[in-house]
Amino acid sequence: MIPAPFDYHRPSDMQGVLALLQEHGDEARVIAGGHSLIPMMKLRMADVPHLIDLQAIDSLKGISISGTRVTLGAMVTQHDIISHAGLAQIAPILRETSLQIADPQVRYMGTVGGNVANGDPGNDMPGLMQCLDATLHLIGPDGTRDVPAREYYEAAYVTARADDEVLTAISFDAVGGGYAYEKQKRKIGDYATAAAAVTIQASGGKVAQASIAMTNLSDTPVWSEAAGAALIGSDCGADAVKAAVAAMLEDIEPTEDNRGPVAFKRHVAGVILTRAITRAWSRA
Amino acid sequence: MSNKMHITLTVNGEEHEFLAEPRELLIYTLRERLNITGPHIGCETSHCGACTVTLNGKSVKACTMFIAQANGAQVTTIEGIGSPDNLHVLQKSFREHHGLQCGYCTPGMITRASKLLEENPNPTEEEVRFGMAGNMCRCTGYQNIVKSILAAAGELNAAKEAAE
Repeated sequence: MIPAPFDYHRPSDMQGVLALLQEHGDEARVIAGGHSLIPMMKLRMADVPHLIDLQAIDSLKGISISGTRVTLGAMVTQHDIISHAGLAQIAPILRETSLQIADPQVRYMGTVGGNVANGDPGNDMPGLMQCLDATLHLIGPDGTRDVPAREYYEAAYVTARADDEVLTAISFDAVGGGYAYEKQKRKIGDYATAAAAVTIQASGGKVAQASIAMTNLSDTPVWSEAAGAALIGSDCGADAVKAAVAAMLEDIEPTEDNRGPVAFKRHVAGVILTRAITRAWSRA
Repeated sequence: MSNKMHITLTVNGEEHEFLAEPRELLIYTLRERLNITGPHIGCETSHCGACTVTLNGKSVKACTMFIAQANGAQVTTIEGIGSPDNLHVLQKSFREHHGLQCGYCTPGMITRASKLLEENPNPTEEEVRFGMAGNMCRCTGYQNIVKSILAAAGELNAAKEAAE
C-alpha cells in the first residue's frame, strides 16, 4: 500500500504553515498524528501533493488549565490526555473518552486536534466537544477566529474551517458534576455504533443542568438541546431518561452500514444514552 | 518525480543516513532498506500491531508513519530489545509460558509489552489486556501472552528490588 508521491514540509512555526497553505492551496494538507490521513493516502482515496507536518510547532502542544478554563493544543495526543493528572481531575470525561478511542499505539500518535478538525462522523472528540460547549480556535491568513464546536460541523468531512485555516486549540469550561462517555463498538479500534457524551449538574436531588451529545448517528455529531432539557428539573428517574432518549432519537439520522441497519442503530443509541445518563447521574 | 529527502534515523542506537522518498513507510525503511526484519507486516492498515516499534518513546505502528515524519527520530525494534544470545526477560518469559505459537505477532507484542511495563511496572491482568489491545494474535487466544507479560513484570520487579 504505497501512497502517491508528495512533497513533505515540516515548518517550525505557524507562519510557515500558513504560507505553505497559501502557496499550494488545495494541493496542501496539514498532518497531525496522521492516523486518519495516512490510511486514506495509502488507499489513494486522499491525494496530497504537499503534506505539511505540524510536529515541530511547539505552540500547538500542551494542556493548560487556568481556573476552570481548559485549553488543549491541537497537537495534544490522546495519550497526553490520558496521562495528564490535572486534566483527569478537573475534566475527567476527557480521559474517559480518550481511553475508548482506538488502541494504545494509535493513541500515542492520534491528536485531539485531528480528531476534532477532520469532520469524520465516527470520531469521538467532536461529540464530546459539543457536549462541553467547547470553542475551537482557528488561524488563517486573515488572523484568528473562534467557532463554537456546536456550529463547526456541517456534514461528513465538511466543517466551518476553510482550506487555508488550521485548528490551533480547543478550550472549554470544566463544569464539574456528573459525566459519562459511553461507547458501543464492535471491537477495539472500531468507530462507535453509537456513543454518548453526557454531563449533569445536580442541585437538591434534581438535575440543574444537563448536556447530551451523540456520535456516529448522523453525518455530524448531534448535540440535542431537547434531550438535555428533558432531564432538567427531574430526579433523573426512568421517565426522565426515557424522555431524554426519545428527544435524542428525534434528532439523530443514522444510516445503514456495516455496523447495522437503521433500526438497530436507533436501538443501540437508546441503550447507550440510557447507560451514559445513568452513569453521569450516579456521579453528579 | 524525484523529491527524495535526506533522512537521518537512529535505529537501536545506530545512526543511518540515506535518501528516501517522503512517502516511504517506516516499516519498509526498516525491513527493506536497513534489513531490520524483526518488525513484521501483518495487516498494513494500522490494526494488527505486528509492525510495532518504539519511536521517540512511544509505541507506534510503523506501517502508519511516513519516513519523512520519522526523520531525526530514535527507533527501537525487537532487535534492540534482546538478542538470541542475550534474551530480554520478556522474550524468556514468552518462551517459558508459551506466549507464542506461530510467532508472527511476537516481535510487535514484545516491543509493545516492553513499553507497557516501562510505563506501568506493576500492571493488573486487566491493564495488560487493555495496554496490549493494539496487537493482534491469531494463534494463542492471548491467555499465554498475558501470562508471559505478567510473569516478566514480576521478574523485572524482583530484579529491581534485589538491586536496591
